[in-house]
Amino acid sequence: MFPATFEYFSPTTVDEAVELLKKYSFEAKILSGGQSLLPMMKLRIAMPSVVIDINKIEAFREWKEENGYLRIGSLVRHADLERDTRLQQQYPLLSETAAWIADPPVRNMGTLCGSLVHADPGSDWGAAMLALRAELEAVGPEGTRRIPIDHFFVDTFTTSLDTEEVVSAVNIPAPTGKVASRYKKLERKAGDFAIVGVALHVMLSDDGTVKDAGIGLCACGDIPLRAESAEQVLIGGKLDPASIEATARQAMDAADPASDLRGSAEYKKDMVRVFVERGLCEIAEELGL
Amino acid sequence: MKISVSVNGETYESEVEPRTLLVYYLREHLKLTGTHVGCDTTSCGACTVLLNGKPVKSCTVLAVQADGQELMTVEGLERDGELHPLQKAFWDKHGLQCGYCTPGMLMTAYELLERNPLPSEEEIRRAISGNLCRCTGYVNIIKAVQTAGAELVKKENEGLSEVASSGN
Repeated sequence: MFPATFEYFSPTTVDEAVELLKKYSFEAKILSGGQSLLPMMKLRIAMPSVVIDINKIEAFREWKEENGYLRIGSLVRHADLERDTRLQQQYPLLSETAAWIADPPVRNMGTLCGSLVHADPGSDWGAAMLALRAELEAVGPEGTRRIPIDHFFVDTFTTSLDTEEVVSAVNIPAPTGKVASRYKKLERKAGDFAIVGVALHVMLSDDGTVKDAGIGLCACGDIPLRAESAEQVLIGGKLDPASIEATARQAMDAADPASDLRGSAEYKKDMVRVFVERGLCEIAEELGL
Repeated sequence: MKISVSVNGETYESEVEPRTLLVYYLREHLKLTGTHVGCDTTSCGACTVLLNGKPVKSCTVLAVQADGQELMTVEGLERDGELHPLQKAFWDKHGLQCGYCTPGMLMTAYELLERNPLPSEEEIRRAISGNLCRCTGYVNIIKAVQTAGAELVKKENEGLSEVASSGN
C-alpha cells in the first residue's frame, strides 16, 4: 500500500511551517510521528496534496518546566514520556498512559501532540490531557494562542485548530500538592484501541482533602470526555470508599459509548464505573489515605 | 527528492518519491531484503528497523523522513561472517520456524538488550508486544533473547578482564 502522491516540505523553523500552512491551508497535513496519518494515507482515507514534516524543527523537540507548566513540545514521543524518570514524581499520568499506547515501535515514533490533533474518540492521550487540564499551544499567521483541552475536541477527528495553525506544544499545569494517577484501559489484545479508557488524576491539599481531581474518558463518545460531575464529587472532600463509589457512579453517567463488536454500551458504561472505582482505590492507597 | 541515509554504517544517496515508504526504499532501492513487509498496516512488526537506534515500523515511516538519519537493519547484525549472539541464540533455542517475523524480532530484541542486558520474561514480552509471531509462539523467542543477553554480558566481562590482564 502506498499513499497517493503529495508534495513534501521539511521546514526547519516554525515561521517556515506557518508560511507553508498559509499557502496550502486545508490542502496540507502536518506530519510529526506519522503513526496515525501515514496509515490513513496508505488506506487513502487521507489524501493531502501537501505534507509538511515538522521533524526538523528543533524548537518542537524538548519538554521543559516553565511558568508553572510542563511544556511538552510537539515532537516529544510517547516513548520519551513513558521512560523519563524525571517526570514520574509530578506527572505520573504521563508514563501511566504512554505505556498503554499501541506498541513499543509505534511509541518510538508517535507524539503526544500528534495524537491529540488526530482527535480519535479512543485517544488515550485525550483522556489523560482532560484529567490533567492541559492546554494546547498553537502557532498560526496571527501568532500563538492557547486552547484549553475542553475546547479542543469538536467532533470525531475534528478539533478547533485552524487550518493554518500548527500545534507547537501542550502545557500541563504543575501540581501544587501531592499527586497520584492511574490510566485504566480495556482492550481486546495488546496494543489495541481502547474499548474503554479512564484517566484519573488526584491532587491533595496539605490537610489530606482533595484539592483537584481530573477524570477523562476515551472511547465513550464522539470525542474524549470529561466526567465533570464525577470530579465535583471528589473536589474539596475526602477520598474514601463512600466518595469513590459515588464518583464511579457519576463517571458512568458521563459516558455515552456506542454498542459495537467490542461490547454493548451497557457493558462499557459499567466498565467505566469499575475502572474509576478500582483506579481511585489504588490512588487512595498510594497516597496513604 | 534526494536523500542521504546511513544504513548499517554505509551512506547511500538516493532519489526517491516522497511517498516511498522506508521499508520499500530498503528492499527495492537498496536491495536490502532482510527487512520484511508483513501486514503493511503498522501491526505485525516484521518491518521493524532501528532509526537512530530505536525500533520503528518501517512500513509507517517515509523514506524522506530518514534523510540524514542512521538506520540499522537485520543485515547489520552479522560482523565479519560471524552471526550476532542474538542470531545464534534464535538458532540454538529454536526461536523461529518460518522466519518471517524474525528480522523484526531481532531488531526489537537488539535494542532491548542494549537498554537492559538481562531482561525478565515480563520485560521481553512487553518489548516484543509490537512484533507478532504466528508459528513458533513466543516461548522460544523469549529463551533466545535471554540467552543472547547472558552471552553479551559474558562477552563484555571477558573483554574487560582481557583489558585488565593486559594492563591497557
